[in-house]
Amino acid sequence: MRNTAETIGRNTLAGLSEIGLAAVLFVESLVWLVTGPRQRQPVRLSAIAAQCVDIGIRALPIVAVLSFAIGAMVAIQGIHTLSIFGAESQVTLGIALSVTREFAPLITGILVAGRSGSALAARLGTMKINEEISALTVIGINPVRYLVAPALVAMLLMVPLLTWFSDVVGLLGAGIYVSLELGISFSAYIGELQQFCKVGDILHGIGKSLLFAVLITLVGVVNGISVTGGAEGVGRVTTRSVVHAISAIVVTDMIFTFVVTR
Amino acid sequence: MSAVIEVEKLVARYGERTVLKGIDLDVQAGEIMVIMGGSGSGKSTLLRHLLGLQAPSSGTIRLLGEDIYGITSQRLVELRRKMGVAFQGGALFSSMTVGENAMLPLREHTRLDEQTMRIMMRLKLDIVNMAGCENLMPAQLSGGMIKRAAMARAIIMDPRLLFLDEPSAGLDPVVAASLDELILTLRDATGMSIVVVTHELESAFKIADRIAVLDHGDVLVCGTVAEVKSSGSERVQALLNRRIQPLELNPEEYIRRLTGGPVSDGARA
Repeated sequence: MRNTAETIGRNTLAGLSEIGLAAVLFVESLVWLVTGPRQRQPVRLSAIAAQCVDIGIRALPIVAVLSFAIGAMVAIQGIHTLSIFGAESQVTLGIALSVTREFAPLITGILVAGRSGSALAARLGTMKINEEISALTVIGINPVRYLVAPALVAMLLMVPLLTWFSDVVGLLGAGIYVSLELGISFSAYIGELQQFCKVGDILHGIGKSLLFAVLITLVGVVNGISVTGGAEGVGRVTTRSVVHAISAIVVTDMIFTFVVTR
Repeated sequence: MSAVIEVEKLVARYGERTVLKGIDLDVQAGEIMVIMGGSGSGKSTLLRHLLGLQAPSSGTIRLLGEDIYGITSQRLVELRRKMGVAFQGGALFSSMTVGENAMLPLREHTRLDEQTMRIMMRLKLDIVNMAGCENLMPAQLSGGMIKRAAMARAIIMDPRLLFLDEPSAGLDPVVAASLDELILTLRDATGMSIVVVTHELESAFKIADRIAVLDHGDVLVCGTVAEVKSSGSERVQALLNRRIQPLELNPEEYIRRLTGGPVSDGARA
């Protein structure tokens, strides 16, 4: 009993300590973004560009495939459910809101966490094991400015853009199925989308994606720099970062939806 | 000569374990100081403290006259421009070429144009016998080349202090000897002070002006090679002659360690 209480207490403290570290890294990254140029130590644009390509451009194919499939899936389920009430013609409303407000940001967040969050944790973990982070420090280069801030900026740019892309492809996938199944023209489907889908719905999803971007970066970084135990440790923190990031995304999504929707 | 590194009463603790027990040490300008000791003696911890990577539990470290744990972070960055470090594994950035690795401090701390930086980089690579290797990636290098490339990066800013962590560890005797020669050449050519952490006796005796022998977090002896060799300390002699040190535990303590508790009567019997 005492051991269990000790374990819970220790894990709680470790969790709080990681949250504290994440908050410090976030603030420090923002400070470097603002004050770096004045100190002649700007956050490197080349690193941001490289990370944007990695996080955003290279993720386009997989985001497209999954978003298309999920859009079509929402349409299939929507038509099936609404047909019980003879209201399948109202399916576009459900598609527009569920894709833009929920599915696009969620699926994009989960994909980026799996692809780029894990890569960030693995990269930083490997750098720490190889003493590259210590090397940066002794060269006089702040590792937060050099490694964390570019990743944060790239995530904040790319995750919302990918979410918007996911919106478009998801609605396209749904539209193709709706047109074929209900026999309405694609332009009529677009017209309904314009009627039901407001800018606020799209911004709702984009707003979530900004939060997800911060979460994915910080979870990846905190796990990466806390690595211990060589290559095995890197594998462990990589897996841990994916699990933590996806959990954080889903819980944050629920809280965001609760706060904004009510 | 004046001291460029002054360590006073340095104590490092991890929880209840004391790794460094009040170390006093100084390194003079232009001197090669070798820090020696067996595994777990505290030499790597001492190096991390000297590099400003780990704050001491107590005590002070002054590099070039400045207390590195008492100055602002900006001042520490300026101080670090006068330091070069080559880590044991090289710590080359795997996404950059050898040339980019070597030029990184110049890119970050100077406003030199690209051509000048490239000339300086090639010069330093030439000094460490790596001429023509600037376009290679770290993954393409041998162990000796990695250490040389790390050394090129460490000296690119012409530092006043150079720290080398196990420069010849894991290398064949010929490559290790050539690195020793390189260290001596660097000191003679530039007058920089060099701190070398190693457990390679042959290398230490060849390059050291003075040697500090660490054991269980204490400096057992600090002096010239001759002084260290003639030390009356049993532990120093054991290290120099590669003798296995006897386990300094009485049977009761040994049994207590194994069982993780107080010694029972049965165990005593």
